[in-house]
Amino acid sequence: MAPLLEVQDLVIGFPQAEIVHGIDFHIDPGETLALVGESGCGKSITALGLIRLLPQGAAIRRGRVLFEGMDLATASPRQMRDIRGKRISLILQEPMTALNPVLTIGRQIAEVLRRHEPISAAAAERRVVELLDLVGIVEPQRRYHDFPHNFSGGMRQRVMIAMAVACNPRLVIADEPTTALDVTIQAQVLDLLDGLRRQLGMAVLLITHDLGVVAQWADRVTVMYAGRIAEQAPVGAFFAAPRHPYARGLLGASVGHEEEAHYTTRRLAEIPGSVASAAGLPGCPFETRCPEAIPACGIRPPALEPVAAGHRVACVVEAARTGANHAAAHG
Amino acid sequence: MMGVLDRTGTILRRTAIQVLPTMVGIIILCFFLLQLVPGDVADVLAGESGSATAETMAALRARIGLDQPVLTQLVTYLTNLAQLDLGRSARFNLPVTQLIAERLPGTLLLMLSALSMALVFGVLFGWIMAVFAGRWPDRLLQVLVLVFYSTPGFWIGLMAIVLFSVKLGWLPSNGSMTVGVTLSGWDLIADRAKYLLLPSLAMASFFIAVYARLTRAAMLEVQGQDFMRTAAAKGLHPAVIQFRHALRNALIPVTTMVGLHLGNLLGGAVVVETVYGWPGMGRLALEAVLGRDFNLLLGVLLLSSLLVIVTNAAIDLLHGWLDPRIEAH
Amino acid sequence: MDGSTSAAPAPAAITTPLRPAVRGRMVRAALRNPSLMIGVLILLAVIVVAILAPLLFPGDPQDMVADPTLWPGEDPQYPLGTDSLGRDVAAGLAYGARVSLLMGLAAAVIGLVIGIAVGATGGFFGGWVDNVLVRLTELFQTVPTFLLVIVIVAIGEPSAPVIAWAIGLAAWPGVARLVRAQFRSLRETDFVMAARALGYSAPRIILREIMPSALAPIIVATSVLMANAILTEAGLSFLNMGDPNLMSWGSMIGDGRALLRTEWYLTALPGAAIAITVLSLNLVGDGLNDVLNPRSGQA
Repeated sequence: MAPLLEVQDLVIGFPQAEIVHGIDFHIDPGETLALVGESGCGKSITALGLIRLLPQGAAIRRGRVLFEGMDLATASPRQMRDIRGKRISLILQEPMTALNPVLTIGRQIAEVLRRHEPISAAAAERRVVELLDLVGIVEPQRRYHDFPHNFSGGMRQRVMIAMAVACNPRLVIADEPTTALDVTIQAQVLDLLDGLRRQLGMAVLLITHDLGVVAQWADRVTVMYAGRIAEQAPVGAFFAAPRHPYARGLLGASVGHEEEAHYTTRRLAEIPGSVASAAGLPGCPFETRCPEAIPACGIRPPALEPVAAGHRVACVVEAARTGANHAAAHG
Repeated sequence: MMGVLDRTGTILRRTAIQVLPTMVGIIILCFFLLQLVPGDVADVLAGESGSATAETMAALRARIGLDQPVLTQLVTYLTNLAQLDLGRSARFNLPVTQLIAERLPGTLLLMLSALSMALVFGVLFGWIMAVFAGRWPDRLLQVLVLVFYSTPGFWIGLMAIVLFSVKLGWLPSNGSMTVGVTLSGWDLIADRAKYLLLPSLAMASFFIAVYARLTRAAMLEVQGQDFMRTAAAKGLHPAVIQFRHALRNALIPVTTMVGLHLGNLLGGAVVVETVYGWPGMGRLALEAVLGRDFNLLLGVLLLSSLLVIVTNAAIDLLHGWLDPRIEAH
Repeated sequence: MDGSTSAAPAPAAITTPLRPAVRGRMVRAALRNPSLMIGVLILLAVIVVAILAPLLFPGDPQDMVADPTLWPGEDPQYPLGTDSLGRDVAAGLAYGARVSLLMGLAAAVIGLVIGIAVGATGGFFGGWVDNVLVRLTELFQTVPTFLLVIVIVAIGEPSAPVIAWAIGLAAWPGVARLVRAQFRSLRETDFVMAARALGYSAPRIILREIMPSALAPIIVATSVLMANAILTEAGLSFLNMGDPNLMSWGSMIGDGRALLRTEWYLTALPGAAIAITVLSLNLVGDGLNDVLNPRSGQA
């Protein structure tokens, strides 16, 4: 199956600093790919880079973003505008600020429909009401004319989801869609998004730092560290046996993915040091924090090497271990 | 959610409730301020005629009621005001309401024209500055705006007379209409507009600068908001994003300030009307001050304050429409 | 024209009391701020001219010294020409600088003191005191400012102190609003709560705890207030309501207006002097705003 979106050697930077240092990954049609990492690891910048909505000053410096036969990294602004909202849509973290406070939510959803489809105002309104109903907003006809401040946080994120799926896109990029929400609401919103993904056959790029969310809703996971990909794996394989020392540290530091590992019963393992220590290192960015570092780690950034089917890891030590296993098996 | 009509009703009601205490407050404030003024209208009239005796002056004071105690004068004034009677002008020997009614349209026209000019150009300049922030159109306009912000409006008006009336001969420098010709339709409007242009500019220049600075700051602030990225993620054209999503949000702080500046704007009319010989309340106020004609002065003060309150209500309505988060209360 | 204009920073911008390290950083930031530096240089030049006026132009600037209406450059002894009465325009401008600066400063101080007193009282105590003071502030903001100034000047005689009081009395509402907003947000902060818990008196808390933190926006507002006071004074003396014994830029414009069609330099020069002086104050205000309030700085 051809991937829906394929990122090749993507480099994103600000004038003073490079943020994303050449990453490769792909998203298959209809799947949920989780992009995981600490804040500042470049996951949000990567997501925004895919649809070229980078913050002021940031730019794609190199690489390709192949989507439906087009390279989004070099597409014209006009081509990008035709794709945004129609083929690829975006859900932001904080639904209060992501919605325009002075326009009714109905109008804001209708706006994306009318931008991409030849549809009358009345027909757009009917579609919006259907969409509001679809995302579980009661009395959609009446709520059409309400403003964002009339909704609760969870409801606002449902509105954002309605807006994102309005034109039946192939890919929805969800940047920490539940971080700003109440814990009890998080699951509802993610269930809704997941249900719509199945129903409408979209793929979802789910950006999160919450491994519990990954375990429950993602098909595959990509772990980023300091602007590079550390590990890529199917969710099952990843949680069963994470291969990158950073990923193992994360799993140690995360709770909720195993029944017995509750914060009341187990201490959160912390990875000593901080992401900032990676700046300016010639070798593996995780070297200074890595419990298993060897001298070879400091030479150059490790390449992403396959260790099993669909499972790749960027670690010299792991690669050597896998290689030794292979050698043992074959020799 | 509150309907537009509800909100309008609430704002109008609030304005009506606000008018009365404000008016009474201004009257009391002015009444006592004016008691402190050395000399009264009788002195001035006597000085002008040069033939007044103590008896005629006393008679004049008695006729106007200046011989009464202050509190009695105040009560009389308030009683008359309740019947919409602002008293008589001693200097012009005419009812104050009549004098003001003659001048009100001129000032109203000038104020609305200047306010529109200040808003349109202020927002336009601020918008252009924000769009080109840090580049040469921004820097150029920043200098222009700073000059407008620092230059007396009446002086800009005088210099504009030198340029547009004396040197170029494009625009008239005095009055509010061409005297001695009967015009109708577009000719009439064009004639009035020609006379209105320079005084409005003189009155608006400072406020163009104020609103341009505010709009620039607000537009820059809006650019960083999440909903701008959401709008871009819908595939909207940048111009649509700026107009539909950014401008309206940026106008909210601007309209808040407009209300606070109305009193200043209208105050500028005194000088500008003098420069252009414009028949308005500002000049009437000046004549009243110089002639110690307190009934007239009080009337002008009251009416211009009322004008500020009413315009403020209109701006409140605009503000409520711009920002639905403000539920009128 | 009051100080409630755009340079008034957002009330939410609360700065902590200035510590020496912070102060050092601010001095460096100030030296790097072009608008502040240009503003200070122009302002210093105007101040120097104002101070040296009696040395540069001995004698009364109201004296007739030469033929009337000499154009600038026509007679090298009077480089900026003479007015309709044969008075030296350059001397008038130099003496006018004293009037404008002093009147601007005095009016700004008066407006500042009243505004701070009203704003601090209302903002600190809240309740009905605040309600009454807010009403009063609104009342003063409803009356057209310039009319109010004229009325107050008419009450007294047109002398410099009366005019300064009149402009200050009309200018305080903007300051009061600003100070009130600052006090309302600072009132709830931890260090004020702590001072209250220690049983300090209200004046002590206001002066020692809150004022230092509210100072930055007030300093910025002061330069804008002074700029606007100079503009108001100019308008007043243009209308011939200034102090008749003083040579002021506004009255020079008023005098020159009669000859606007021919001798327009008589109007242009004093107006330019006003604009340059006010511009320098506004530059200082903008610069101080950037330095004291870096977050509100514009790109």
